[in-house]
Amino acid sequence: MNKGLSPIVKNVAAVALVPITVFGLYVIAHGHLTPGGGFPGGAIIATMTALLLISFGTSWVKAIGKERLSMAESLGLVGFVGLAIMGIGKSFFNNFLVGQGLFFGNAVAFGPNPGWLGTAGLIPLMNMAVGLEVFAAISLIAITMFTAEVSK
Amino acid sequence: MERNKSKPIVAAILFVFLLAMSFSIHPAGKPSETKMDDFFIAHGQEETGSNNIVAAIVFDYRGMDTLVEASVLFAAATGVFIALGGGKK
Amino acid sequence: MSNLVFVAAAMLITVGLYAAMTRRNLIKIVMAVSVVGSGVNLFLVGTGYRENSIAPIFTNAPSLAMVMPTPQALTLTSIVINLAIVAMMLSFAMKIYQHYGTLDSRERRLKK
Repeated sequence: MNKGLSPIVKNVAAVALVPITVFGLYVIAHGHLTPGGGFPGGAIIATMTALLLISFGTSWVKAIGKERLSMAESLGLVGFVGLAIMGIGKSFFNNFLVGQGLFFGNAVAFGPNPGWLGTAGLIPLMNMAVGLEVFAAISLIAITMFTAEVSK
Repeated sequence: MERNKSKPIVAAILFVFLLAMSFSIHPAGKPSETKMDDFFIAHGQEETGSNNIVAAIVFDYRGMDTLVEASVLFAAATGVFIALGGGKK
Repeated sequence: MSNLVFVAAAMLITVGLYAAMTRRNLIKIVMAVSVVGSGVNLFLVGTGYRENSIAPIFTNAPSLAMVMPTPQALTLTSIVINLAIVAMMLSFAMKIYQHYGTLDSRERRLKK
């Protein structure tokens, strides 16, 4: 059982945790407007897991549960495939929400614009599903490698 | 001993080959076949509603690539989980 | 010398493959494979570059001359697959160390 580093490191990590998570969520939510998307955003949120593992040790892992992370990973992938199947009336990965005017469905004209959040149809939803999957997968890899017993 | 001497030669042959390749493709900054990308830039914003054309390609035009990519990441996480005995107890 | 990007990619790939051939430590071999992946990513991004262009994003875009978006999308795929490969190789290296007590790839115990 790893106890973690000194209280200074723990406090700084606790302060840095919130901005890292918020920035990762921003990158995921604005994936269709600015550089970023589900993969980089999920990786940014997963750095929070690595920071927690290094600074606080492994005592909190049992409270989270690897099974729950594995379930979040599966949920992200199933959500991604489910969103892709929802447009099967026309074709797989058909972006049926565009131009409907509903949820994320506002149409956009060609050319530069300031960027509206409620556009792009399925792409933000797929970004969120992929972000959840990437976050859970990288966190699972980090936690599994950190807690593995390497010595003979 | 023989093997250790041959490795720099193999690397040098590979480097010369890659160097010849890098000078025989189009000059950097002036790609030759751009029809598909010009179509994506001209029509991607109206067809998908996404300002970010890379996101439109990743999640819409080439969605199958992304599906398999996410599956690869899933398989890697599962493989690490299995290999390091995370599932026991 | 306009093709410096491709020359840099060729150098990265060669350095990575040479290190993967000559190093003995498994962790260093994993690092070498990661360097090869970086070279491939650099080559892919350099393939789609156009002069005097901006990233293919329309939010507050100053001009409409944009670089090619498809190589960038494929580079995203390549980065994630590189990460998966490195994670799998590192976990196998940890498993080998657990089993044999060494990370030396030319140790006699590994060959039996």
